[in-house]
Amino acid sequence: MSMRKTLLFFFSVCWSVAVIAESSPDLGEIATVDFLEQGRYDVFPDGEGLPQGSGNATQGEAVYNQHCQTCHGLKGEGGSAEELAGAMHGLTDNPPDKTIGTYWPYATTLFDFIRRSMPLSAPGSLTDDQLYAVTAYLLYINHIIKNEDEISAKTLPRITMPNHEGFINVFDGQE
Amino acid sequence: MHDDEFKPIAEGGLLDRRLFLKKGLTFTSIAWLAPSAMAEAVRSDAMSTPGRALSNYGNPSNHENKVIRWTMGNAAAPVNGVSWTPLHALEGMITPNGLHFERHHNGVPDIDPDSHRLLIHGLVNRALVFKIEDLLRYPMTSRYCFIECGGNSNAGWHAEPMQTEAGYFHGMASCSEWTGVPVKMLFDEAGIKGRAKWVIAEGADASMMSISLPLEKLLDDCLLAFYQNGERIRPENGYPVRLLVPGWEGVLNVKWLRRLRLTNRPVMARNETAKYTELLPNGKAEQFSFVMGVKSLITRPSYGQQLNKPGLYQITGLAWSGHGKIVKVEVSADGGKSWAEAQLQEPVLSRCFTRFRIPWQWEGKKAVLKSRAIDEQGNQQPERHELIQAKGQQGYFHYHAIVSWAIADDGSVSHVYA
Repeated sequence: MSMRKTLLFFFSVCWSVAVIAESSPDLGEIATVDFLEQGRYDVFPDGEGLPQGSGNATQGEAVYNQHCQTCHGLKGEGGSAEELAGAMHGLTDNPPDKTIGTYWPYATTLFDFIRRSMPLSAPGSLTDDQLYAVTAYLLYINHIIKNEDEISAKTLPRITMPNHEGFINVFDGQE
Repeated sequence: MHDDEFKPIAEGGLLDRRLFLKKGLTFTSIAWLAPSAMAEAVRSDAMSTPGRALSNYGNPSNHENKVIRWTMGNAAAPVNGVSWTPLHALEGMITPNGLHFERHHNGVPDIDPDSHRLLIHGLVNRALVFKIEDLLRYPMTSRYCFIECGGNSNAGWHAEPMQTEAGYFHGMASCSEWTGVPVKMLFDEAGIKGRAKWVIAEGADASMMSISLPLEKLLDDCLLAFYQNGERIRPENGYPVRLLVPGWEGVLNVKWLRRLRLTNRPVMARNETAKYTELLPNGKAEQFSFVMGVKSLITRPSYGQQLNKPGLYQITGLAWSGHGKIVKVEVSADGGKSWAEAQLQEPVLSRCFTRFRIPWQWEGKKAVLKSRAIDEQGNQQPERHELIQAKGQQGYFHYHAIVSWAIADDGSVSHVYA
């Protein structure tokens, strides 16, 4: 790059920086590491975001019966809240049963959702081990894992849900 | 006025929309109840005694106390539920703030704006934390825009037509003037990394509701909204700050916004997998079906209202589309055999409620009223059987078919599939 071009480039960079500074207040503070911990609630299908800990369905049944059954019913059959297991119909039946076992495409979504939102009366009250255990129980009653299978950050993302291929991304289709 | 000016332009007595501009028309009122006798006193009580004193914040007239949201919470957990805007009782295009529809997953949080923070992080050069008082110093912009729940009108999928007021069927849709800061401005300050394609938005309510949105939409026209119809957003609508995502499913307009995380992929949250996806007859489900389709309905006359006698009426209703502006609304009074173009009330704005009106001569006979809207992208609102033909009946979300109201000989109005 010639000296003249270098200078031009330098001035154009300065000019655009000046424009941004003028039109944008830039009042945010750089987030501290502690504050970034707030992002730890997102759990992705590849397992990113899952914490340490583990649990199995036997342990999870006790958690479920204490914290979930009142609304979601015995073995997830549904109650005042939606059914989670025990589907009698497939997705092409009328009416279809949209349970975790027949409909949910990713097992990681269970952990993400239960940790952030459940139980309704005391969200955030379950320990990570309890969350893994109740996740295991919900997978077990949907016949996706065995009673003794240990669910953790390592094993949960490896589970392929029955309806994994059941979704059409219509947004990308519109692109 | 000559009789030929009242010549119908479609069957069933629909008249030229420009008739409204004529003077001397005698319209007949549509009533909820039989009209009360006119007061006979020359000087009424209100004209004879001093009225009420000033007030710090006004309320509607006591005589309007039936114009309310209809709330429906889970009996075991009332904090999880919805409330509908009474569209059948409102006029114009703006929804009063106290009547905007609600959908909460675990109640309305009471948030102190001084302690609330918004975090922007993930695939950015600088993760930034904003205080509300600082965000309020940013240059703002306003737009009129509807928000519609993806599950609005879902009773339309039912085998039998549900008999309820129009708003308590289709009123998970409301329209406001929203004011706030373009999301792009803050993302530019944070510096977007090239791999970023999606954004995860999260609320500060007890459900910490989260959902993924395409980054390009946020850069295109989304706002961090602080004001609704001129005042700070109500708690039930996301105080102190919500995301405004024009024309897309209501669930994406995350309330009580605390976090925007730029990522290279969606998080696959419950609300983009188990919910807000539309099951098709072949067992596959449509996902990321963000845009709310073109839609309209007649709000007057509609279910529960009463035509008292034959005569000239004004049919009115609302049309909207997540794809852009409404360009035309047609009305039928013979169940869809013939159609007449309705007048669109200005201003007609993109992704905003549009009010339509048309004069109608009711002869006191059975009639079926329908409206159908067309948007600027050429999308036309489908008949119910066309929507079911295309999507089946188990999709639950995104019901936007033509709504039919049957007028009986006695002037009563019911909901029909026609």
